[in-house]
Amino acid sequence: MNSKLTVAIIAAVLLALPFLGIGPYPLHLVIIILIWSFAYTGWSIMGRFGLVSLGHGAFMSVGGYVTALLWNEIGLSPLIGIPISLACAAGLAVLIGYPCFRFRIIGHYFALVTLALSEVVRQVIIATRDTTGGSLGYTPERFGDGWSITAFQTDDRMIFYFVALVVWMGGIVIWRLVDQSMARYALEAIWEDEEASASVGVQVTKEKLKVTVLSAVMTAFAGAMYCQYQMFISPDTVGGVGVSLQIVFAVVVGGIYNLLGPTIGAVITILLAEVLRISIGTESICITDKICLNAAGVPLLIYGIMLIVFIIFLPKGIVGGCIDWWRAQSRKEAEQN
Amino acid sequence: MAEFTEALFSIFFIETLINGLLLGGVLALLSLGLNLVFGVIDVVWICYAEIIMLGMYTIYFLYVDGGMPIYVAAAGGVGVTAVLGWLTHRLVIGYLLDAAPINQLLATGGLLFFFQGAAMVAFGIEFRNLGVSLGSLALSEDIYLSWTRLLSFAIAGGVVVLLFQFLSRSYLGAAIRAISQDREIMTLMGVNTTKLYLLTSAIGGALAGLAAALLALQYDVHPFIGLSFGPITFIVCVMGGLGNMVGGFLAAFVFSELITIGGYFAALEWGYVLAFGFFIAAMFIRPEGLFARKS
Repeated sequence: MNSKLTVAIIAAVLLALPFLGIGPYPLHLVIIILIWSFAYTGWSIMGRFGLVSLGHGAFMSVGGYVTALLWNEIGLSPLIGIPISLACAAGLAVLIGYPCFRFRIIGHYFALVTLALSEVVRQVIIATRDTTGGSLGYTPERFGDGWSITAFQTDDRMIFYFVALVVWMGGIVIWRLVDQSMARYALEAIWEDEEASASVGVQVTKEKLKVTVLSAVMTAFAGAMYCQYQMFISPDTVGGVGVSLQIVFAVVVGGIYNLLGPTIGAVITILLAEVLRISIGTESICITDKICLNAAGVPLLIYGIMLIVFIIFLPKGIVGGCIDWWRAQSRKEAEQN
Repeated sequence: MAEFTEALFSIFFIETLINGLLLGGVLALLSLGLNLVFGVIDVVWICYAEIIMLGMYTIYFLYVDGGMPIYVAAAGGVGVTAVLGWLTHRLVIGYLLDAAPINQLLATGGLLFFFQGAAMVAFGIEFRNLGVSLGSLALSEDIYLSWTRLLSFAIAGGVVVLLFQFLSRSYLGAAIRAISQDREIMTLMGVNTTKLYLLTSAIGGALAGLAAALLALQYDVHPFIGLSFGPITFIVCVMGGLGNMVGGFLAAFVFSELITIGGYFAALEWGYVLAFGFFIAAMFIRPEGLFARKS
C-alpha cells in the first residue's frame, strides 16, 4: 500500500476523532495515551541505543513540578514556566549524563545510577512537603472557568485533545529525524563498541549527551502536559522508580526499535489496565469468609507476566515482532514465485 | 555554629550514630542474597525486595493466622522465599542467561510487578503488623537501642561469616566460586551449571527470607513495601562492588550512617537524598564499586 496514503488516512482519522461523537471518557483515554506515548517516544530515543535509563521518572517530575510551582508560587504562566522546567530537566540530564558518559558507565550500571536519580528527585519532593505537598500530591491553581492560553488550562477536553495530538506528532517527527540523522549511526556504533567508535573519530560523550538531553526534555514536557491536563501530580504518579520502570516496560512491550512502538506500547498497557479495571472492578471478591481476592491488583499481575513473556520470546516488542514476521512471509512468497 | 557543635556532641547524636550502625546491620542482611546472586549468576534481581515482601507476608500469616511460634513462622518464611528464588531462576533467568544483561534486569522487573500484583490480589492493600516487639535495651536514661536491630546486626554478621566459610571451605562453595569465574569452562569440565545456579538462587532467596523475618518485626507489611527499601538495597550492593560480599557489608554501614546522620540534622528524606547523591558521585569516581578489589 502507498505509505503516504496510509499516513494521510491515519492523520484524517485522528483529526476527526473528537467529532465522531465519542464520549468524554474514551476521549480522556485517548488524551492520556497521547501524553504517555510522547513520554515513551522520548525515552525510546535514547533507549534504542542501549542507553537504558531508569531515571526518566525524575525528568517527568521536574517537568510537572517546576511548571506547577512557578504558576502557583509566583504566578508565572506555564508558557514561560514550561520552557524553564525543560531547561531544568536538560540541566539535570547534563549533570547526570556527562560524568556517566565521561567515565564510561554503561549497561546496567547506567541503569542503576539513573535509578538513584529518580529516587533522589522523589525524596526531594517528599522532603520539601511544605511547598510541594509531599506524597499527597500537588494541584496547580485553576485560573477560572473555560480556557486560557496563558494559564495553559482548559476544561474543554476537545481543545486539549488537539494540543496533545500536535505534541504527540511532534514526538514522532523528532524520533524520525533522529532515526535519519548521522547521530543514529554514531550512536549505533557506540552501542556496538565504544572504544572502536572513538578510535574512528566518533565523539562518544558528545553524541550520547545530545540524545540524553533531547530525551530528558521530551519526557519533562510530557510531565508538564500531564500536570496541566490532570491538574494533579504526586511523586508516585509522575516520578519515582515505579513510573521509571513503567516507561521502560511499555516501550519494551510495544517495540523499542520502531517509530510507532512506544505509542503501541502505551495503547496496549493503558487500555489493558482500563479494561481490566472496568471489567473486574476494584472490589474484593470473597471466596470464603477468610479468603478474599482484591481485584485491583490484577492489572499489575498480568502486566508483570506480559513483560516477562515479551522479554523472553519477543524482545523486539509487538511492532518489531510483527515487522519481522511480515518480512519473513514476503521473503517466503518471493522464493516461491 | 555553636548550635551545630552542640548538636554534634549531644547524647542524641551518639544514639544516632549507634542506630546508624545497627541499621547498617539490617541493610547488610538485605543486600547479602542479592550480592550472592549477582556474584555467581551475574544477574541483578530487581524483584529482590518483592521476594522479601512475600517472605514478610508468609511470616505474618503463619504467626498471626496460623498461630505458630515466631521462630517457626520465620523458618517458614525462609523456606517460601528459597522456593521463590529457585523459581525465579527456573522460570525466568534460566531462559535469559545468554541475553543482554539489561534484558535480564528488565525481566526481573516484570517479576517485580507480578509479585506486587499477586500480593495485592491475595492480601489486599491494608498494612499488616505482626504485633511483636522485642522491646529495647536501655544503655542509659536517654539512649535506647532496639533489640530487633541488635539482633539483625548480629545475624547479618553471623551470616556473612557462615556464607564466607561455605564459599571458601565447602566443595559446593568452591564449585559456586568457580562457576562465577567462567561459565563455559565449567560446562566443559562436566559440571551441571543449571543445578548450581538453581542452588545459588535458592540460597539467595533464603537470605531474603532471613531479612524478611527481621523486617517483619520492625515494619508493617503491604504489597508496595519493596519499593521503599529496594532501591537502597541495590545501591548498597553496587557500592560494595556487585558480587563482593565484604564490600557490600562495609557499604551498608556507610549508607546507614549517611541516612541516619542526614535524618538527624534535617528530615529522614534528606538522609536518603544524601545517600543516593553520594552513591551517584561515588559511581563517577569508582564505577567498579567503592570497595571493589582492583583486578
